Amino acid sequence: MNTNSSLHSKFQIPPGSGATVVVAMSGGVDSSVAAALLHEHGYRVIGITLNLWDYHASGGNVNFESGCCSIDTMADARAVCHKLGVPHYVSDFREIFERSVQQNFVSEYLTGRTPNPCVRCNTFIKWGAMLQQAEDIGADFLATGHYGRVSLNPLSGRWELRRAVDLNKDQSYALWGVRQAALARTLFPLGELTKPEVREIARALGLKTAEKKESQEICFIPDNDYRRFLRERAPEQVEAYGEGQFVDHTGNVLGEHQGVPFYTVGQRKGLGLAVGRPIFVTQINPSDNTIVLGDEDELLRYEFIATSVNWVAEHQPDNGRVVTSKIRYRDPGAAASLYDAEEHSVRVKFHEAQRAITPGQSAVFYDGDVVIGGGVIDRVLDTPS
Amino acid sequence: MNRIYLDYCATTPLAPEVFEAMQPYFTKHFGNASSVHSFGREAKVAIDAAREVIAKFFGALPQEIVFTSGGTESNNAAIVGAAQSFSKPGHMITSRIEHPSVLQTFQELKMRGWKISYVESDETGMINVETVAKTINAETVFISIMHANNEVGTINPIEELATLAKSRGILFHTDAVQTVGKLGIDLRELPVSLLSLSGHKIYGPKGVGVLFIRRGVKINSLLHGGKQERERRAGTENVAALVGLGKAIELRKNEQESEWQRLRALSQSFLTRVLELYPAARLNSNAQSRLAGVVNLSFPGVDSLAMVMSLDLQGIAVSNGSACSSGSVEPSHVLRAMNLARERANSAIRFSFGKYTTEAEVETMLRVLEKILEKRTSRPRSREVLVAA
Repeated sequence: MNTNSSLHSKFQIPPGSGATVVVAMSGGVDSSVAAALLHEHGYRVIGITLNLWDYHASGGNVNFESGCCSIDTMADARAVCHKLGVPHYVSDFREIFERSVQQNFVSEYLTGRTPNPCVRCNTFIKWGAMLQQAEDIGADFLATGHYGRVSLNPLSGRWELRRAVDLNKDQSYALWGVRQAALARTLFPLGELTKPEVREIARALGLKTAEKKESQEICFIPDNDYRRFLRERAPEQVEAYGEGQFVDHTGNVLGEHQGVPFYTVGQRKGLGLAVGRPIFVTQINPSDNTIVLGDEDELLRYEFIATSVNWVAEHQPDNGRVVTSKIRYRDPGAAASLYDAEEHSVRVKFHEAQRAITPGQSAVFYDGDVVIGGGVIDRVLDTPS
Repeated sequence: MNRIYLDYCATTPLAPEVFEAMQPYFTKHFGNASSVHSFGREAKVAIDAAREVIAKFFGALPQEIVFTSGGTESNNAAIVGAAQSFSKPGHMITSRIEHPSVLQTFQELKMRGWKISYVESDETGMINVETVAKTINAETVFISIMHANNEVGTINPIEELATLAKSRGILFHTDAVQTVGKLGIDLRELPVSLLSLSGHKIYGPKGVGVLFIRRGVKINSLLHGGKQERERRAGTENVAALVGLGKAIELRKNEQESEWQRLRALSQSFLTRVLELYPAARLNSNAQSRLAGVVNLSFPGVDSLAMVMSLDLQGIAVSNGSACSSGSVEPSHVLRAMNLARERANSAIRFSFGKYTTEAEVETMLRVLEKILEKRTSRPRSREVLVAA
């Protein structure tokens, strides 16, 4: 194969030496190129496409059946592997995906939180069940088309996860849950490349997935209507909440809402209220089925507790450790200090108040490019000043 | 890599003799069998000859043989065709371990108002005659029970089942896709009303099969159009495939008995060796009544998909569960119906041997299997070592 060698100089994974690597292949351009690069660098590549959910079970408009887990997608991944001359398999992880990702997605919304299913899929499916399967079939590594970087820090002896070179595409935010032993087996062939470079490589290699568009946000809700999904998956619980009241921070009733599961902190659109000024969801109270609305400045908070924490670059940060904390995927991050770090929890205090700290979302702590650790935002500690 | 194919239940290679017999019918004798002219006659004669060979093979009459596009069509035609021949929906009986082309067709009938009873199998995939007898009621008009199961190879007491149905005046269909051409079937003795077979399981081409419809049994047809197959299955005949199926059956006549003996011995010694290798392994097939070339084994502690992948990476083809359109593997409905513990069902592998399987191949497979089972206790190579290398 003849690809641009200047691109390859940026590709800094260890040379193959015949090691076997399972590549998680979604059927998209990124994982296709990841597989092709590893193959070209002398790895023995095995492509595996995950079958995680069924279109008919997910509901929505079946005309959307073109994203991940569709038959077309599996055919694309298989065709790329065939072109490379490497084996390809489909692994059925629907059951564990249902248990550890979809059920959590539903139960989080039902308790007024806003979940991050990609994080759980990475932690429990790709670097859980799939890594286990890769080891079962004798693979040395698991690779994906994620934009991130992984390397061993010789001083700390810990495997570090770093932001990708292409900050537009960086996916380290969704990878904080990957444990040390799993990172040690992980390759991110695209970490040093930009998305345009990846497409260029795909074209140069004549991969049929070169021009495929980006995948949607929540793969298992192909129509992007999570409210429909919740109503279909948990009709009784959604019903049990019923309609509730919108209130302001002093408790004045502002109107009626459709039920706690259908709102997200920071949400402005779709509230069905006209109060003559921009108004936002500032707090969700599942206990009394009320949703607090307020002006944008009422969204500002300083401090929260994160749970389900996984420490990556450091064993357990010291009190007062200053980091850049990201609290959603598209968030540049802001300076914060970590306190009371324990194995699975931490208290985070921003240096400046942040907009819409949302329970259920991941908080990821960076030192420069390096992911120190991450967790799930459990509760906000302060009230607006 | 020298590949080894041990998945004869899924499909078989075309026998070279069959290939040879088929070839003239793609190019030279391309006629439409319904045509009056010489081109048509050539095709018609070839089809009639194939029909005659097949009929003779298991003691049927030529007019009892209806060519179809394969096992799935035969099963659909038998079940739906029978249902449509009744003026109103009644009761039918089948089993939980049938092929999807039977189960899904009954599912369809259920939507149309039929009552369907599914009998359970025992833990080896065997259907009990008494259980079926007890399930029969006054409304029962049709029973479909497979001859041998495709996943575990267990052979059902088909003669008793068919006799039972006949004595109650109930139509009896059997999906014999896994047995025709492997064990002797004499339709003069075996009182089935309908029987399905497929070409590609017996070294014939894919896309061709037969539905045997006993003389006097009236069922409606699925495909309407021309007068082919005595108006029981419309559509221009796939002449080359029909010729191929005839040839495949003809070959089986002389081979099936000796091959049965050879495969029985081969699979028996394989089974013994595997149990030495991995004493926790469990046979899921019926030890006495199983197809000679089929061994379904569970390896507790081993994920069956990982095992199939590991063997494939070494060039050895075996199966777990059933193949499906996406290439993904559904949890096997057969093993679940057999009430196997989850651990056992999830670690089941089907080895199926056939006429081209050699002792040397089985030997090689055993060595690879041994390595895979051993390796499961050792972890993969560490990254540090590889980076340093």
